[in-house]
Amino acid sequence: MLETDLAIVGAGPAGLAAALEAANRGSNVIILERDEWLGGQLIKQTHQFFGSKNEFAGMRGVDIASHFTELVEQEKKIKVFKGATALGYYEDGVLTAAYKRGMLKIKPRTLLIAAGALEKMIPFINNDLPGVYGAGAVQTLMNVYGIAPGERVLMVGAGNIGLIVSYQLMQAGIEVEAIIEAAPQVGGYWVHASKIRRMGVPIKTRHTILKARGTREVEGAQICEIDENWDPLPGTEKEVSVDTICLAVGLSPMVELLWQAGCQMQLSPHLGGYVPVRNGNLETTVEGVFIAGDVAGIEEATSAILEGQLAGLAAAQKIGFEVEEEKIQSIKANLKTLRAGPVGEHIRQGLAGVER
Amino acid sequence: MLKNNGVPSREELTEVKPSRERLQQGPVVIVECIQEIPCDPCYYACPRGAFYPFSDINSKPEIDYDKCNGCSICIANCPGLAVFVVDFTYSEEEGLLQIPYELTPLPEKGEEVVTLNRSGEEIGTGRVVKVLNTKKQDRTAIVSVAVPKEILMEARHIKLRREGQ
Repeated sequence: MLETDLAIVGAGPAGLAAALEAANRGSNVIILERDEWLGGQLIKQTHQFFGSKNEFAGMRGVDIASHFTELVEQEKKIKVFKGATALGYYEDGVLTAAYKRGMLKIKPRTLLIAAGALEKMIPFINNDLPGVYGAGAVQTLMNVYGIAPGERVLMVGAGNIGLIVSYQLMQAGIEVEAIIEAAPQVGGYWVHASKIRRMGVPIKTRHTILKARGTREVEGAQICEIDENWDPLPGTEKEVSVDTICLAVGLSPMVELLWQAGCQMQLSPHLGGYVPVRNGNLETTVEGVFIAGDVAGIEEATSAILEGQLAGLAAAQKIGFEVEEEKIQSIKANLKTLRAGPVGEHIRQGLAGVER
Repeated sequence: MLKNNGVPSREELTEVKPSRERLQQGPVVIVECIQEIPCDPCYYACPRGAFYPFSDINSKPEIDYDKCNGCSICIANCPGLAVFVVDFTYSEEEGLLQIPYELTPLPEKGEEVVTLNRSGEEIGTGRVVKVLNTKKQDRTAIVSVAVPKEILMEARHIKLRREGQ
């Protein structure tokens, strides 16, 4: 049995930021990461980040990942297990993980779940054909393994992920036939929309996909317009010739461990699905179990970093390490500022329903 | 409209346009950032303090066009690739457009390229005058293209005419 002050599940921006803050205050930290690398989704993000210059804005996600990875690997108080999948957290305070064909058992004094999110799927005919991908898979193929997913892509979803992945596809020399979006408006930042529009990619709002064409693999797709009730408008069907359909239709928090640990959960459409009820320091209703990043509500990497810092400090404080109250307050203030604008409205609404 | 299809309307563009007089005085920045999003690197990028400090990080950038000399440093610092520099004084017939460019291959000096408007429609041709790609720009190149003055406020992207492109 391993013992530690803080165990962290997930080495994305939230988990890494938390580990650094907690270790800096004296905590011994164990990080469990399912992948063989650190950085989570950051390693696929080739674009420059938005947000505050003080929190890495202007840096590319992949470079932020390297920055954090380097710091974490230099920090002697942090032990990282790569290729370790957390399995459960039990009444006796033991966390288990599958690791190298065996099982790790860890007894942490505090636990942070920063497991991230899962991609959503939408129903349409033939959505199981090879050539239908989630946007995360397309990014992994392109940006981690250097493999083109196809030659001509239909992007479904004009949120930030759909817009950014479309841009990355164009950068990789892959054609994007169109981006379709069921909502009447572009969901992502308009500057992302503009930069692919001027490259000639149409964005069709109030459109959906009806079916994928093809027998062994995707050879095309049928799309159509939808009305105010999001029902297909008969007579507007259109065939598009593509070999890849990329779904960027939203994310859900990956909360299985939190359910299993007995945390009080609440459905929050604004935050992407079921999320744990938490206090202002990101502690759940199970004492000593903290959350940060997408698992706490779907947002973006800058807020994940800030939440990670906050949870890491709060966890250290909980077990007696000295943490300046001003530091905690300043992180909370930064988070509040980031979420203060119109694009943060749904986050504010979501959080109002799950914070106790 | 921007929110419906990613293309800013004439009204939306009016709010990010320097005055006619300023445009005639030489190179100046056009910041096509028309949505309140949490982002502030442009303010820190400008060595002349032409971006007003953000009282709220979600505000849209505001610019003192008299302080801006069109140096183009902010172009590669905008995560949204929304910053351009235009110069109506470049020559008698032509204006100079500077755009952020993150595709490979990069165009070369002297190369003739197709110019695209904000909807991606081809609206003419231009001549690449300079390609700047320093380490500080962090892989966002700045391409300067001489274009007819009539399309200087319309052209916002380029397409190379090489074989296989």
